Amino acid sequence: MSLLIDEKTHVDPAAQLGGDHRIPDQSRAARTRSFEVADFALPTGREEEWRFTPVDRLGNVLSDAPTDDREGDVAAGYDVQAPEGVTVGTLAPGQAPRGTVLVPEDRGAVVASANTEQALHLAITKEAELTQPVRVLVDGRGAGRRSNAHYVVEAGAFSKALVILDHTGAADHTGNLEVIVGDGAELTVVSLQRWDDEAVHLAQHEAQVGRDATYKHIVVSLGGGIVRMNSNVRYAGPGGDATLLGVYFADAGQHLEHRSFVDHNAPRCTSLVTYKGALQGDTARTVWVGDVLIRKEAEGIETYELNRNLVLTDGARADSVPNLEIETGDIAGAGHASSTGRFDDEQLFYLMSRGIDEADARRLVVRGFFADIIAKIGVPEVVDRLMAAIDAELELTALSEQHEEPASA
Amino acid sequence: MTTLEIKNLQVSVETDDAAKEILRGVDLTIRSGETHAIMGPNGSGKSTLAYAIAGHPKYTVTGGEVLLDGENVLEMGVDERAQAGLFLAMQYPVEVPGVTVSNFLRTAKTAIDGEAPKLRTWVKDVKGAMEALKMDASFAERNVNEGFSGGEKKRHEILQLELLQPKIAILDETDSGLDVDALKIVSEGVNRVKENTGLGVMLITHYTRILRYIQPDFVHVFVNGRVAESGGSDLAERLEEEGYDRFLTAAV
Ligand SMILES: Nc1ncnc2c1ncn2[C@@H]1O[C@H](COP(=O)(O)OP(=O)(O)OP(=O)(O)O)[C@@H](O)[C@H]1O
Ligand SMILES: [Mg+2]
Repeated sequence: MSLLIDEKTHVDPAAQLGGDHRIPDQSRAARTRSFEVADFALPTGREEEWRFTPVDRLGNVLSDAPTDDREGDVAAGYDVQAPEGVTVGTLAPGQAPRGTVLVPEDRGAVVASANTEQALHLAITKEAELTQPVRVLVDGRGAGRRSNAHYVVEAGAFSKALVILDHTGAADHTGNLEVIVGDGAELTVVSLQRWDDEAVHLAQHEAQVGRDATYKHIVVSLGGGIVRMNSNVRYAGPGGDATLLGVYFADAGQHLEHRSFVDHNAPRCTSLVTYKGALQGDTARTVWVGDVLIRKEAEGIETYELNRNLVLTDGARADSVPNLEIETGDIAGAGHASSTGRFDDEQLFYLMSRGIDEADARRLVVRGFFADIIAKIGVPEVVDRLMAAIDAELELTALSEQHEEPASA
Repeated sequence: MTTLEIKNLQVSVETDDAAKEILRGVDLTIRSGETHAIMGPNGSGKSTLAYAIAGHPKYTVTGGEVLLDGENVLEMGVDERAQAGLFLAMQYPVEVPGVTVSNFLRTAKTAIDGEAPKLRTWVKDVKGAMEALKMDASFAERNVNEGFSGGEKKRHEILQLELLQPKIAILDETDSGLDVDALKIVSEGVNRVKENTGLGVMLITHYTRILRYIQPDFVHVFVNGRVAESGGSDLAERLEEEGYDRFLTAAV
């Protein structure tokens, strides 16, 4: 990758070097986990885990408040499409498996947990191989309206399934997703953030990967004013494989923040974290924080995490912070890479010198930037949607540049 | 019949503190079928001339003209220059991650011709051109210039020359970094295009060895941002023996 390191887009010099030079104050494992709202104060923005988030713009989303449903008018519409092989039910707080995997780790997750009386429970029958995806469509019905959600996805042993969580509209939404991947199961979870501009979305997606199970978690964040997602993984036994993928595209005014935590707490498991994002427009902002903890007992594991950001226009800023904690020397491999680069005008020149017009050349370069992660996603409908969205975003760049030109000429 | 006229071209480059004048009045006319070798010391402005003609944004034209069959090239965008029939084989071709050679070539061909090439003949043309340049078929699925060796990058430039069929090509040190076999293969490629399409060539080089394969009609000595002397192919031999000293002292 011939991306240039761009000093201006970084606040954290350690992140700029792409190295893990920042020593976290405490181990990632020591973070507070609790079902009690009182255990999480409202963040001020000075806390380690909130330092990148514009807490003053979070509105109502952190208040310990019920979902703002009104007579005949819900805060967010839910549509669940479950094919054969899936049992749909609900779970009250404390009703297993709810709460066995996901324990809230921040204020957003704890208010979601406390204010969701009945969590959606999707149980995939063991050994079932679903031919259709399970879909949960969340449609926010109004900016600023509180919406709390908690979903529990339980993939039975040796089942194969694809679950697509799709967010549209606008709301102040806190959404928890609790995932239990049974032994030998193959589960892919896709979370699409296609919100309107005014939406605020906080999420904790917590997964436990069973013995020899395969878990793929794919985040696609395109819309929303503020999106802040924590995507975490732990293992229930050896041989588990987790892949966390993320693609994001931030425009002016958007804050898209993705955090992941892979807790290697079992031997001979693997994890791969790959997040790639593009930014355009003044004040477009993205954050990626990737934590990996390799515990003493995690012998023979292999992990790699990568984040790359492509800054298309001036005024956008990307932060990228990988953190790797290693407590055992007996591992097969561990690494990380992170970089933020400006759109490379030499690439543009090269393509245009072959007759390709600027819009097509930009599209080629940006699609090229995302090409490897898109190949990893492997879910055709998600890939198609993503490609179309990237093209639409680039039309926006082209339009705004056309507007700028006469002014600057 | 195409004519590229460069008249009194003056070009400066933006540096951190000030604009630096590099080309100080270049005059050169290249017609279809002609090959002009440009030789000159490092830093004399040869690549600057090539980039300025192609329209690289880093270079600012401060005076003079570039005309392609009477049309003002300097008013055209980078892509329009290529569509008009100009081609620059770069000294340092750029890597474009995630864009395959085959996608790139097809997109470029479509842009130059104004319509997508017929699939069947296109696939055959690409395959044929790659074979002629002894490029493995696997290059089609690799990303543009990514991880290519120096010589492979140069072959890839000539592959584009064969497929895009420009009227006038500027080859900026296409020979440097090539071993003898590759030099022959690349030269044959250029000669093939010349023969088939009547291409006019501006060939920038430091060495006469490529001129044994690609016969120049004219040789120009480029010193200090302008053409210091022009002659026939014998001038190249003289330069190789004597070096540029004679011109450098004259320029001071
Ligand atoms: N971006 C730039 N900033 C400052 N100086 C530049 C820049 N680009 C080119 N130059 C200068 O312009 C002069 C001409 O450079 P150019 O690359 O055209 O030379 P050249 O004749 O192609 O040399 P070579 O034979 O080494 O390829 C050099 O002195 C070079 O340092
Ligand atoms: Mg040069």
